[in-house]
Amino acid sequence: MSTSSRSFPDLAGTHADAVSAAAREPSRLAHPTPGADSNPHSSGTTNASVRRRRHSGPVRLWHWFNLWCLIVLLMSGLQIFNAHPALYWGSASDFADPWLEMYAIRGADGDVIGQTALGPWTFDTTGVLGYSGSEGHASVRGFPAWITLPSYQFLTMGRLWHFFFAWLFAGAGALFALYALLSGHLKRDLWLSTAQWQGLGRDILDHLRLRLHTARSGYNGLQKLSYLGVLFVALPVMILTGLCMSPTINAAAPWLLDLFGGRQSARSIHFIVAGSLVLFVIVHLLMVILSGPIRQIRDMLTGGPRRSSASADTERGNHHEAQ
Amino acid sequence: MKPSDASSRDLPRRRFLQRAALGAATLGLAGCDRLSQNDRVVETLDLAERLNLRVQRFLAGERGLAPEYPASMIDETFRPNGSTDPQAPHYRQLAANQFRDWRLELNGLVDNPLSLSLAELQAMPARTQITRHDCVEGWSAIGQWRGPVLADLLDRAGVQSQARYVVFHCMDQLGGEDYYYESLDLSESRHPQTILAYSLNDEPLPIANGAPLRLRAERQLGYKMAKYLSSITLVADFSDIAGGEGGYWEDRGYTWYAGI
Repeated sequence: MSTSSRSFPDLAGTHADAVSAAAREPSRLAHPTPGADSNPHSSGTTNASVRRRRHSGPVRLWHWFNLWCLIVLLMSGLQIFNAHPALYWGSASDFADPWLEMYAIRGADGDVIGQTALGPWTFDTTGVLGYSGSEGHASVRGFPAWITLPSYQFLTMGRLWHFFFAWLFAGAGALFALYALLSGHLKRDLWLSTAQWQGLGRDILDHLRLRLHTARSGYNGLQKLSYLGVLFVALPVMILTGLCMSPTINAAAPWLLDLFGGRQSARSIHFIVAGSLVLFVIVHLLMVILSGPIRQIRDMLTGGPRRSSASADTERGNHHEAQ
Repeated sequence: MKPSDASSRDLPRRRFLQRAALGAATLGLAGCDRLSQNDRVVETLDLAERLNLRVQRFLAGERGLAPEYPASMIDETFRPNGSTDPQAPHYRQLAANQFRDWRLELNGLVDNPLSLSLAELQAMPARTQITRHDCVEGWSAIGQWRGPVLADLLDRAGVQSQARYVVFHCMDQLGGEDYYYESLDLSESRHPQTILAYSLNDEPLPIANGAPLRLRAERQLGYKMAKYLSSITLVADFSDIAGGEGGYWEDRGYTWYAGI
Protein backbone atom coordinates (compact mmCIF):
# COMPACT_ATOMS: atom_id res chain seq x y z
CA MET A 1 0.00 0.00 0.00
CA SER A 2 1.46 3.36 -0.90
CA THR A 3 1.05 6.58 1.00
CA SER A 4 -1.29 7.95 -1.59
CA SER A 5 -3.59 4.95 -1.63
CA ARG A 6 -3.79 4.98 2.14
CA SER A 7 -5.87 8.02 2.88
CA PHE A 8 -6.51 9.96 6.06
CA PRO A 9 -9.38 11.99 4.69
CA ASP A 10 -10.85 12.91 8.03
CA LEU A 11 -7.79 13.23 10.10
CA ALA A 12 -6.71 16.61 11.15
CA GLY A 13 -3.63 15.87 13.11
CA THR A 14 -0.40 17.66 13.84
CA HIS A 15 2.39 16.40 11.75
CA ALA A 16 1.55 14.33 8.95
CA ASP A 17 1.88 11.30 7.06
CA ALA A 18 4.91 11.92 4.92
CA VAL A 19 4.29 14.46 2.24
CA SER A 20 0.71 13.51 1.57
CA ALA A 21 -2.08 15.71 0.33
CA ALA A 22 -0.62 19.04 1.38
CA ALA A 23 2.65 18.72 -0.47
CA ARG A 24 1.02 17.45 -3.61
CA GLU A 25 -1.46 20.30 -3.65
CA PRO A 26 0.70 23.32 -3.08
CA SER A 27 -2.05 25.68 -4.21
CA ARG A 28 -3.82 25.10 -0.93
CA LEU A 29 -0.74 25.93 1.02
CA ALA A 30 -0.46 29.15 -0.86
CA HIS A 31 -3.90 30.29 0.23
CA PRO A 32 -4.20 29.66 3.90
CA THR A 33 -7.50 30.44 5.52
CA PRO A 34 -6.91 33.06 8.16
CA GLY A 35 -8.40 32.65 11.59
CA ALA A 36 -8.65 28.92 11.74
CA ASP A 37 -10.99 28.92 14.72
CA SER A 38 -13.58 31.04 13.01
CA ASN A 39 -13.25 29.08 9.83
CA PRO A 40 -16.77 29.04 8.42
CA HIS A 41 -16.25 25.45 7.39
CA SER A 42 -15.73 24.43 10.96
CA SER A 43 -19.30 24.99 12.02
CA GLY A 44 -22.74 24.93 10.53
CA THR A 45 -22.45 22.14 8.05
CA THR A 46 -23.08 18.62 9.32
CA ASN A 47 -21.18 16.33 7.08
CA ALA A 48 -20.09 14.26 10.06
CA SER A 49 -18.41 11.48 8.18
CA VAL A 50 -15.79 13.85 6.80
CA ARG A 51 -15.76 16.59 9.37
CA ARG A 52 -14.04 15.40 12.49
CA ARG A 53 -12.34 17.21 15.28
CA ARG A 54 -8.62 16.77 15.61
CA HIS A 55 -9.02 15.06 19.00
CA SER A 56 -12.28 13.26 19.77
CA GLY A 57 -14.03 13.68 23.11
CA PRO A 58 -12.90 10.33 24.55
CA VAL A 59 -9.30 11.02 23.53
CA ARG A 60 -9.30 14.40 25.30
CA LEU A 61 -11.06 13.11 28.39
CA TRP A 62 -8.67 10.18 28.71
CA HIS A 63 -5.64 12.37 28.04
CA TRP A 64 -6.32 14.72 30.95
CA PHE A 65 -7.65 12.03 33.27
CA ASN A 66 -4.51 10.01 32.62
CA LEU A 67 -2.30 12.98 33.33
CA TRP A 68 -3.63 13.16 36.91
CA CYS A 69 -3.60 9.40 37.37
CA LEU A 70 0.00 9.13 36.22
CA ILE A 71 1.17 11.99 38.43
CA VAL A 72 -0.40 10.40 41.51
CA LEU A 73 0.78 6.92 40.55
CA LEU A 74 4.33 8.12 39.95
CA MET A 75 4.60 10.09 43.19
CA SER A 76 2.93 7.47 45.39
CA GLY A 77 4.95 4.79 43.59
CA LEU A 78 8.18 6.53 44.54
CA GLN A 79 6.89 6.71 48.14
CA ILE A 80 6.43 2.93 48.06
CA PHE A 81 9.84 2.45 46.42
CA ASN A 82 11.41 4.48 49.23
CA ALA A 83 10.28 1.89 51.81
CA HIS A 84 12.99 -0.35 50.37
CA PRO A 85 14.99 1.66 47.84
CA ALA A 86 16.68 -1.28 46.15
CA LEU A 87 15.81 -3.39 43.11
CA TYR A 88 16.67 -6.99 42.23
CA TRP A 89 16.20 -9.56 39.50
CA GLY A 90 14.52 -12.92 40.03
CA SER A 91 11.99 -14.19 42.57
CA ALA A 92 13.57 -13.16 45.86
CA SER A 93 15.83 -10.31 46.96
CA ASP A 94 19.55 -10.99 46.94
CA PHE A 95 20.26 -8.29 49.50
CA ALA A 96 23.99 -8.44 48.79
CA ASP A 97 23.49 -7.71 45.12
CA PRO A 98 20.75 -5.26 44.13
CA TRP A 99 21.17 -3.85 40.61
CA LEU A 100 19.99 -0.47 41.87
CA GLU A 101 20.19 0.85 45.40
CA MET A 102 19.92 4.23 47.10
CA TYR A 103 21.40 4.67 50.56
CA ALA A 104 23.46 6.99 52.73
CA ILE A 105 26.91 6.63 54.25
CA ARG A 106 28.88 8.80 56.65
CA GLY A 107 31.93 10.34 55.01
CA ALA A 108 35.36 10.73 56.60
CA ASP A 109 34.53 14.26 57.80
CA GLY A 110 31.31 13.10 59.44
CA ASP A 111 29.02 14.41 56.71
CA VAL A 112 26.23 12.18 55.48
CA ILE A 113 26.56 11.33 51.80
CA GLY A 114 23.67 10.07 49.71
CA GLN A 115 24.73 7.45 47.21
CA THR A 116 23.15 5.56 44.35
CA ALA A 117 24.63 2.27 43.22
CA LEU A 118 23.74 1.16 39.71
CA GLY A 119 25.30 -2.15 38.77
CA PRO A 120 29.04 -1.80 39.32
CA TRP A 121 28.95 2.01 39.51
CA THR A 122 28.42 4.18 42.56
CA PHE A 123 27.41 7.83 42.33
CA ASP A 124 27.28 10.54 44.97
CA THR A 125 23.73 11.79 44.79
CA THR A 126 23.45 13.77 48.03
CA GLY A 127 20.49 16.14 47.96
CA VAL A 128 18.55 14.13 45.41
CA LEU A 129 18.86 10.34 45.84
CA GLY A 130 19.79 8.53 49.04
CA TYR A 131 19.93 11.55 51.31
CA SER A 132 17.93 14.72 50.81
CA GLY A 133 15.91 17.45 52.48
CA SER A 134 16.33 21.01 53.58
CA GLU A 135 19.22 22.03 55.84
CA GLY A 136 18.69 20.52 59.27
CA HIS A 137 15.78 18.39 58.09
CA ALA A 138 17.61 16.15 55.64
CA SER A 139 16.91 12.44 55.90
CA VAL A 140 17.95 9.12 54.49
CA ARG A 141 15.47 8.38 51.72
CA GLY A 142 15.53 7.06 48.15
CA PHE A 143 13.75 9.78 46.21
CA PRO A 144 13.43 13.30 47.62
CA ALA A 145 10.32 14.66 49.35
CA TRP A 146 9.28 16.92 46.50
CA ILE A 147 8.50 13.98 44.24
CA THR A 148 6.82 11.56 46.67
CA LEU A 149 3.22 11.40 47.84
CA PRO A 150 2.96 12.15 50.70
CA SER A 151 6.20 14.13 50.89
CA TYR A 152 7.24 12.64 54.26
CA GLN A 153 7.95 8.92 54.56
CA PHE A 154 4.60 7.20 55.06
CA LEU A 155 4.41 3.90 53.21
CA THR A 156 0.82 3.00 53.99
CA MET A 157 -0.50 6.37 52.80
CA GLY A 158 1.48 5.96 49.58
CA ARG A 159 -0.12 2.54 49.14
CA LEU A 160 -3.63 3.94 49.66
CA TRP A 161 -3.08 6.57 46.95
CA HIS A 162 -1.37 4.13 44.62
CA PHE A 163 -4.00 1.38 44.70
CA PHE A 164 -6.95 3.75 44.47
CA PHE A 165 -5.51 5.52 41.43
CA ALA A 166 -4.40 2.21 39.94
CA TRP A 167 -8.07 1.20 39.80
CA LEU A 168 -9.05 4.49 38.14
CA PHE A 169 -6.16 4.25 35.71
CA ALA A 170 -6.79 0.61 34.78
CA GLY A 171 -10.55 1.16 34.42
CA ALA A 172 -10.16 4.22 32.22
CA GLY A 173 -7.40 2.52 30.25
CA ALA A 174 -9.55 -0.52 29.53
CA LEU A 175 -12.44 1.68 28.39
CA PHE A 176 -10.10 3.71 26.19
CA ALA A 177 -8.57 0.61 24.61
CA LEU A 178 -12.08 -0.58 23.74
CA TYR A 179 -12.91 2.84 22.31
CA ALA A 180 -9.71 2.94 20.24
CA LEU A 181 -10.48 -0.47 18.77
CA LEU A 182 -14.19 0.00 18.15
CA SER A 183 -14.26 3.63 16.97
CA GLY A 184 -11.52 3.16 14.44
CA HIS A 185 -9.21 5.58 16.30
CA LEU A 186 -6.54 2.89 16.46
CA LYS A 187 -6.74 1.99 12.77
CA ARG A 188 -7.29 5.52 11.51
CA ASP A 189 -4.97 7.63 13.66
CA LEU A 190 -2.45 5.34 15.32
CA TRP A 191 -1.65 2.38 13.10
CA LEU A 192 1.30 2.93 10.75
CA SER A 193 0.87 2.74 6.99
CA THR A 194 3.24 0.53 5.04
CA ALA A 195 5.09 3.61 3.87
CA GLN A 196 5.44 4.78 7.45
CA TRP A 197 6.85 1.43 8.55
CA GLN A 198 9.38 1.75 5.74
CA GLY A 199 10.16 5.38 6.47
CA LEU A 200 10.83 4.91 10.20
CA GLY A 201 14.58 5.19 9.82
CA ARG A 202 14.34 8.58 8.14
CA ASP A 203 11.77 9.70 10.72
CA ILE A 204 14.18 8.90 13.52
CA LEU A 205 16.95 10.89 11.85
CA ASP A 206 14.60 13.81 11.24
CA HIS A 207 13.55 13.83 14.87
CA LEU A 208 17.13 13.68 16.07
CA ARG A 209 17.82 16.77 13.99
CA LEU A 210 14.64 18.33 15.44
CA ARG A 211 13.17 18.71 11.96
CA LEU A 212 9.58 18.62 13.07
CA HIS A 213 7.97 21.37 11.07
CA THR A 214 7.04 19.74 7.82
CA ALA A 215 3.43 20.34 6.89
CA ARG A 216 1.79 16.95 7.08
CA SER A 217 -1.49 15.46 8.11
CA GLY A 218 -1.91 13.06 11.01
CA TYR A 219 0.91 11.65 13.09
CA ASN A 220 4.16 10.52 11.54
CA GLY A 221 5.46 6.99 11.82
CA LEU A 222 7.66 7.58 14.83
CA GLN A 223 4.93 9.38 16.72
CA LYS A 224 2.49 6.60 15.99
CA LEU A 225 5.00 4.02 17.11
CA SER A 226 5.59 5.77 20.42
CA TYR A 227 1.87 6.17 21.06
CA LEU A 228 1.26 2.52 20.20
CA GLY A 229 4.16 1.51 22.42
CA VAL A 230 2.83 3.50 25.34
CA LEU A 231 -0.81 2.49 24.89
CA PHE A 232 -0.42 -1.18 24.12
CA VAL A 233 2.91 -2.11 25.68
CA ALA A 234 4.05 0.22 28.46
CA LEU A 235 0.70 0.90 30.17
CA PRO A 236 -0.44 -2.76 30.14
CA VAL A 237 3.02 -3.82 31.38
CA MET A 238 2.67 -1.35 34.25
CA ILE A 239 -0.65 -2.90 35.25
CA LEU A 240 0.56 -6.49 34.88
CA THR A 241 3.86 -5.99 36.73
CA GLY A 242 1.95 -4.12 39.43
CA LEU A 243 -0.46 -7.02 39.85
CA CYS A 244 2.46 -9.45 39.74
CA MET A 245 3.73 -7.98 43.02
CA SER A 246 0.52 -8.99 44.83
CA PRO A 247 0.84 -12.35 46.59
CA THR A 248 -2.87 -13.09 46.15
CA ILE A 249 -2.67 -12.37 42.41
CA ASN A 250 0.35 -14.70 42.30
CA ALA A 251 -1.99 -17.43 43.55
CA ALA A 252 -4.63 -16.47 40.97
CA ALA A 253 -2.26 -16.12 38.01
CA PRO A 254 1.14 -17.73 38.63
CA TRP A 255 1.90 -17.37 34.89
CA LEU A 256 2.48 -13.66 35.50
CA LEU A 257 5.53 -14.58 37.58
CA ASP A 258 6.83 -16.75 34.74
CA LEU A 259 6.14 -13.98 32.24
CA PHE A 260 8.19 -11.36 34.11
CA GLY A 261 10.78 -13.66 35.66
CA GLY A 262 9.69 -13.51 39.31
CA ARG A 263 8.31 -10.96 41.75
CA GLN A 264 11.49 -8.95 42.18
CA SER A 265 11.95 -8.80 38.42
CA ALA A 266 8.37 -7.58 38.12
CA ARG A 267 9.16 -4.86 40.66
CA SER A 268 12.25 -3.86 38.66
CA ILE A 269 10.35 -3.81 35.37
CA HIS A 270 7.56 -1.78 37.00
CA PHE A 271 10.20 0.77 38.02
CA ILE A 272 12.00 0.83 34.65
CA VAL A 273 8.81 1.16 32.61
CA ALA A 274 7.61 3.92 34.97
CA GLY A 275 10.90 5.68 34.22
CA SER A 276 10.40 5.24 30.49
CA LEU A 277 6.89 6.71 30.80
CA VAL A 278 8.41 9.74 32.50
CA LEU A 279 10.83 9.99 29.58
CA PHE A 280 7.92 9.70 27.15
CA VAL A 281 6.13 12.56 28.90
CA ILE A 282 9.25 14.72 28.75
CA VAL A 283 9.67 14.11 24.99
CA HIS A 284 5.92 14.57 24.50
CA LEU A 285 6.07 17.96 26.26
CA LEU A 286 9.14 18.94 24.24
CA MET A 287 7.28 18.11 21.01
CA VAL A 288 4.27 20.13 22.14
CA ILE A 289 6.52 23.11 22.86
CA LEU A 290 8.31 22.79 19.52
CA SER A 291 5.12 22.46 17.48
CA GLY A 292 3.03 25.36 18.73
CA PRO A 293 2.18 24.78 22.37
CA ILE A 294 -0.82 27.08 22.57
CA ARG A 295 -2.59 25.49 19.64
CA GLN A 296 -1.63 22.00 20.81
CA ILE A 297 -2.97 22.51 24.32
CA ARG A 298 -6.06 24.33 23.07
CA ASP A 299 -6.84 21.51 20.66
CA MET A 300 -6.41 18.87 23.36
CA LEU A 301 -8.86 20.88 25.51
CA THR A 302 -11.45 21.86 22.90
CA GLY A 303 -10.87 19.15 20.33
CA GLY A 304 -9.81 21.67 17.74
CA PRO A 305 -11.96 23.01 14.94
CA ARG A 306 -14.16 20.67 12.96
CA ARG A 307 -12.72 20.41 9.53
CA SER A 308 -13.14 18.63 6.28
CA SER A 309 -9.92 17.28 4.86
CA ALA A 310 -9.60 20.26 2.51
CA SER A 311 -9.95 22.95 5.13
CA ALA A 312 -7.72 20.93 7.42
CA ASP A 313 -4.96 21.07 4.90
CA THR A 314 -5.24 24.80 4.39
CA GLU A 315 -5.23 25.37 8.09
CA ARG A 316 -2.19 23.27 8.49
CA GLY A 317 -0.47 25.37 5.90
CA ASN A 318 -1.37 28.34 7.99
CA HIS A 319 0.15 26.82 11.08
CA HIS A 320 3.18 25.87 9.13
CA GLU A 321 3.82 29.50 8.44
CA ALA A 322 3.05 30.48 11.98
CA GLN A 323 5.66 28.07 13.26
CA MET B 1 -14.70 -9.68 54.62
CA LYS B 2 -15.31 -6.72 56.82
CA PRO B 3 -18.53 -6.53 58.77
CA SER B 4 -21.17 -4.09 57.64
CA ASP B 5 -20.24 -1.62 60.34
CA ALA B 6 -16.82 -1.35 58.74
CA SER B 7 -17.07 2.38 58.22
CA SER B 8 -17.52 3.14 61.90
CA ARG B 9 -14.76 0.71 62.75
CA ASP B 10 -12.48 2.41 60.26
CA LEU B 11 -12.65 5.69 62.12
CA PRO B 12 -9.82 5.03 64.60
CA ARG B 13 -7.56 3.91 61.75
CA ARG B 14 -8.29 7.09 59.86
CA ARG B 15 -7.64 9.13 62.94
CA PHE B 16 -4.31 7.43 63.27
CA LEU B 17 -3.47 8.17 59.65
CA GLN B 18 -4.37 11.80 60.23
CA ARG B 19 -2.38 12.14 63.42
CA ALA B 20 0.66 10.50 61.87
CA ALA B 21 0.41 12.74 58.86
CA LEU B 22 0.02 15.85 60.98
CA GLY B 23 2.99 14.91 63.11
CA ALA B 24 5.24 14.32 60.17
CA ALA B 25 4.00 17.25 58.18
CA THR B 26 4.86 19.94 60.67
CA LEU B 27 8.15 20.01 58.76
CA GLY B 28 6.38 21.67 55.87
CA LEU B 29 3.01 21.18 54.22
CA ALA B 30 2.65 20.50 50.55
CA GLY B 31 -0.79 20.68 48.93
CA CYS B 32 -0.83 16.95 48.32
CA ASP B 33 0.05 16.31 51.93
CA ARG B 34 -2.96 18.26 53.08
CA LEU B 35 -5.14 15.88 51.08
CA SER B 36 -3.59 12.92 52.89
CA GLN B 37 -4.87 14.41 56.15
CA ASN B 38 -8.39 14.99 54.94
CA ASP B 39 -10.85 12.53 56.45
CA ARG B 40 -12.99 12.27 53.38
CA VAL B 41 -10.02 11.82 51.03
CA VAL B 42 -8.61 8.96 53.11
CA GLU B 43 -12.10 7.44 53.40
CA THR B 44 -12.37 7.50 49.61
CA LEU B 45 -8.91 6.05 49.05
CA ASP B 46 -9.87 3.30 51.51
CA LEU B 47 -12.57 2.10 49.11
CA ALA B 48 -9.86 0.44 47.04
CA GLU B 49 -9.03 -1.90 49.93
CA ARG B 50 -12.47 -3.49 49.88
CA LEU B 51 -12.39 -3.67 46.09
CA ASN B 52 -8.97 -5.33 46.22
CA LEU B 53 -10.19 -7.90 48.72
CA ARG B 54 -13.31 -8.79 46.74
CA VAL B 55 -11.73 -8.88 43.29
CA GLN B 56 -8.57 -10.68 44.38
CA ARG B 57 -10.49 -13.29 46.37
CA PHE B 58 -12.70 -13.85 43.38
CA LEU B 59 -9.73 -14.23 41.03
CA ALA B 60 -7.67 -16.45 43.34
CA GLY B 61 -10.60 -18.44 44.67
CA GLU B 62 -10.73 -19.67 48.25
CA ARG B 63 -8.29 -22.46 47.49
CA GLY B 64 -5.94 -20.97 44.89
CA LEU B 65 -2.42 -21.87 45.95
CA ALA B 66 0.53 -19.51 46.34
CA PRO B 67 3.48 -20.56 44.19
CA GLU B 68 5.92 -23.00 45.79
CA TYR B 69 9.60 -23.14 44.88
CA PRO B 70 12.30 -25.77 44.48
CA ALA B 71 14.75 -26.30 47.37
CA SER B 72 17.54 -24.81 45.26
CA MET B 73 15.88 -21.39 45.56
CA ILE B 74 15.82 -21.26 49.37
CA ASP B 75 17.65 -18.20 50.74
CA GLU B 76 20.65 -18.97 52.92
CA THR B 77 19.48 -16.58 55.62
CA PHE B 78 15.82 -15.75 55.80
CA ARG B 79 15.75 -12.00 56.46
CA PRO B 80 14.06 -11.33 59.80
CA ASN B 81 12.01 -8.16 60.17
CA GLY B 82 9.97 -6.44 62.89
CA SER B 83 10.80 -7.99 66.26
CA THR B 84 13.88 -10.16 66.02
CA ASP B 85 14.71 -10.71 69.68
CA PRO B 86 11.74 -10.15 72.03
CA GLN B 87 12.77 -8.89 75.47
CA ALA B 88 9.60 -9.53 77.47
CA PRO B 89 10.71 -11.42 80.64
CA HIS B 90 8.07 -14.10 80.10
CA TYR B 91 9.40 -14.74 76.60
CA ARG B 92 13.03 -14.78 77.78
CA GLN B 93 12.16 -17.45 80.35
CA LEU B 94 10.42 -19.62 77.78
CA ALA B 95 13.29 -19.24 75.31
CA ALA B 96 15.89 -20.08 77.98
CA ASN B 97 14.14 -23.41 78.43
CA GLN B 98 13.85 -24.11 74.67
CA PHE B 99 10.09 -23.42 74.87
CA ARG B 100 9.40 -26.66 76.75
CA ASP B 101 7.03 -24.74 79.05
CA TRP B 102 5.38 -22.85 76.22
CA ARG B 103 1.83 -23.74 75.21
CA LEU B 104 -0.38 -22.55 72.40
CA GLU B 105 -3.89 -21.74 73.51
CA LEU B 106 -6.73 -21.92 70.99
CA ASN B 107 -9.88 -20.42 72.41
CA GLY B 108 -12.75 -18.00 71.89
CA LEU B 109 -15.73 -19.08 69.85
CA VAL B 110 -14.85 -22.78 69.74
CA ASP B 111 -16.53 -25.87 71.19
CA ASN B 112 -13.32 -27.41 72.58
CA PRO B 113 -10.60 -24.93 73.54
CA LEU B 114 -7.14 -26.40 72.97
CA SER B 115 -3.90 -26.03 74.85
CA LEU B 116 -0.97 -27.59 73.00
CA SER B 117 2.70 -27.94 73.78
CA LEU B 118 5.36 -27.65 71.07
CA ALA B 119 5.83 -31.43 71.17
CA GLU B 120 2.10 -31.97 70.68
CA LEU B 121 2.07 -29.60 67.70
CA GLN B 122 5.10 -31.38 66.23
CA ALA B 123 3.30 -34.71 66.56
CA MET B 124 0.41 -33.51 64.38
CA PRO B 125 0.30 -34.14 60.63
CA ALA B 126 2.36 -31.33 59.11
CA ARG B 127 2.64 -29.56 55.80
CA THR B 128 6.04 -28.59 54.37
CA GLN B 129 6.13 -25.75 51.88
CA ILE B 130 8.83 -23.69 50.18
CA THR B 131 7.26 -20.32 49.64
CA ARG B 132 8.11 -16.70 48.94
CA HIS B 133 7.67 -14.16 51.72
CA ASP B 134 6.80 -10.65 50.52
CA CYS B 135 7.35 -7.73 52.84
CA VAL B 136 5.09 -4.70 52.47
CA GLU B 137 8.33 -2.74 52.01
CA GLY B 138 8.91 -4.51 48.71
CA TRP B 139 11.54 -7.20 49.24
CA SER B 140 11.04 -10.97 49.04
CA ALA B 141 12.71 -14.01 50.59
CA ILE B 142 12.21 -17.74 50.03
CA GLY B 143 12.17 -20.27 52.85
CA GLN B 144 10.93 -23.74 53.70
CA TRP B 145 8.32 -23.91 56.45
CA ARG B 146 6.81 -26.85 58.27
CA GLY B 147 3.93 -27.12 60.68
CA PRO B 148 0.33 -28.21 61.14
CA VAL B 149 -2.32 -26.80 58.83
CA LEU B 150 -4.37 -24.26 60.76
CA ALA B 151 -7.62 -25.69 59.35
CA ASP B 152 -6.87 -29.00 61.13
CA LEU B 153 -6.51 -27.22 64.46
CA LEU B 154 -9.69 -25.24 63.85
CA ASP B 155 -11.57 -28.45 63.07
CA ARG B 156 -10.22 -30.08 66.22
CA ALA B 157 -11.42 -27.15 68.30
CA GLY B 158 -14.79 -26.94 66.53
CA VAL B 159 -15.39 -23.40 65.30
CA GLN B 160 -18.77 -22.01 66.33
CA SER B 161 -21.02 -20.57 63.67
CA GLN B 162 -20.85 -16.96 64.87
CA ALA B 163 -17.04 -16.87 64.58
CA ARG B 164 -15.73 -14.78 61.67
CA TYR B 165 -12.10 -13.98 62.43
CA VAL B 166 -9.10 -15.79 63.81
CA VAL B 167 -6.95 -13.51 65.97
CA PHE B 168 -3.29 -14.35 66.60
CA HIS B 169 -1.76 -13.04 69.84
CA CYS B 170 2.00 -12.73 70.11
CA MET B 171 4.67 -12.49 72.80
CA ASP B 172 6.69 -9.67 71.22
CA GLN B 173 6.23 -5.98 71.83
CA LEU B 174 7.27 -4.10 68.74
CA GLY B 175 8.81 -0.79 69.70
CA GLY B 176 8.62 -1.83 73.33
CA GLU B 177 4.92 -0.98 73.56
CA ASP B 178 1.94 -2.99 72.45
CA TYR B 179 2.01 -6.70 71.90
CA TYR B 180 1.95 -7.70 68.25
CA TYR B 181 -1.24 -9.31 67.02
CA GLU B 182 -2.89 -10.08 63.71
CA SER B 183 -6.11 -11.47 62.30
CA LEU B 184 -7.33 -13.47 59.33
CA ASP B 185 -10.87 -14.18 58.27
CA LEU B 186 -12.03 -17.79 58.33
CA SER B 187 -11.63 -18.20 54.60
CA GLU B 188 -7.91 -17.33 54.60
CA SER B 189 -7.42 -19.25 57.86
CA ARG B 190 -8.73 -22.42 56.25
CA HIS B 191 -6.56 -22.04 53.15
CA PRO B 192 -4.51 -25.24 52.65
CA GLN B 193 -1.21 -23.31 52.83
CA THR B 194 -2.08 -21.45 56.03
CA ILE B 195 0.07 -23.27 58.56
CA LEU B 196 1.56 -22.72 62.01
CA ALA B 197 5.27 -23.16 61.35
CA TYR B 198 7.68 -24.50 63.98
CA SER B 199 10.45 -25.13 61.48
CA LEU B 200 12.36 -23.00 58.97
CA ASN B 201 14.64 -24.70 56.42
CA ASP B 202 14.57 -27.99 58.35
CA GLU B 203 15.78 -26.34 61.57
CA PRO B 204 13.73 -25.36 64.61
CA LEU B 205 12.28 -21.90 63.96
CA PRO B 206 14.98 -19.38 65.02
CA ILE B 207 14.11 -16.66 67.53
CA ALA B 208 14.70 -13.99 64.86
CA ASN B 209 12.01 -15.59 62.70
CA GLY B 210 9.38 -16.09 65.41
CA ALA B 211 10.22 -19.07 67.69
CA PRO B 212 8.59 -21.21 68.80
CA LEU B 213 5.65 -20.86 66.39
CA ARG B 214 4.62 -18.40 63.70
CA LEU B 215 1.81 -18.03 61.24
CA ARG B 216 2.32 -18.56 57.51
CA ALA B 217 -0.47 -17.16 55.34
CA GLU B 218 1.15 -17.44 51.95
CA ARG B 219 -1.22 -15.26 49.97
CA GLN B 220 -0.68 -12.29 52.26
CA LEU B 221 2.11 -9.79 52.88
CA GLY B 222 4.59 -10.39 55.69
CA TYR B 223 2.94 -8.24 58.33
CA LYS B 224 -0.01 -10.68 58.47
CA MET B 225 2.26 -13.56 59.46
CA ALA B 226 2.42 -13.11 63.21
CA LYS B 227 5.52 -14.46 64.97
CA TYR B 228 6.06 -15.60 68.62
CA LEU B 229 2.49 -16.94 68.89
CA SER B 230 1.00 -17.46 72.32
CA SER B 231 -2.70 -17.84 71.61
CA ILE B 232 -5.25 -17.98 68.84
CA THR B 233 -8.74 -16.66 69.51
CA LEU B 234 -11.85 -17.02 67.37
CA VAL B 235 -14.02 -13.93 67.44
CA ALA B 236 -17.06 -12.51 65.71
CA ASP B 237 -15.50 -9.06 65.55
CA PHE B 238 -12.12 -7.60 66.45
CA SER B 239 -13.15 -4.02 67.15
CA ASP B 240 -12.62 -4.40 70.92
CA ILE B 241 -9.11 -5.84 70.59
CA ALA B 242 -6.21 -3.36 71.01
CA GLY B 243 -6.68 -0.53 68.50
CA GLY B 244 -9.66 -2.30 66.97
CA GLU B 245 -8.33 -2.61 63.42
CA GLY B 246 -7.41 -6.28 63.52
CA GLY B 247 -3.65 -6.04 63.79
CA TYR B 248 -0.64 -4.19 65.14
CA TRP B 249 0.14 -2.52 61.83
CA GLU B 250 -3.52 -2.10 60.95
CA ASP B 251 -3.83 -0.06 64.17
CA ARG B 252 -1.04 2.06 62.71
CA GLY B 253 -2.72 2.77 59.38
CA TYR B 254 -2.00 -0.32 57.28
CA THR B 255 -4.87 -2.00 55.46
CA TRP B 256 -6.44 -5.05 57.02
CA TYR B 257 -6.44 -6.80 53.66
CA ALA B 258 -2.81 -7.60 52.95
CA GLY B 259 -3.10 -9.54 49.70
CA ILE B 260 -1.54 -6.75 47.65
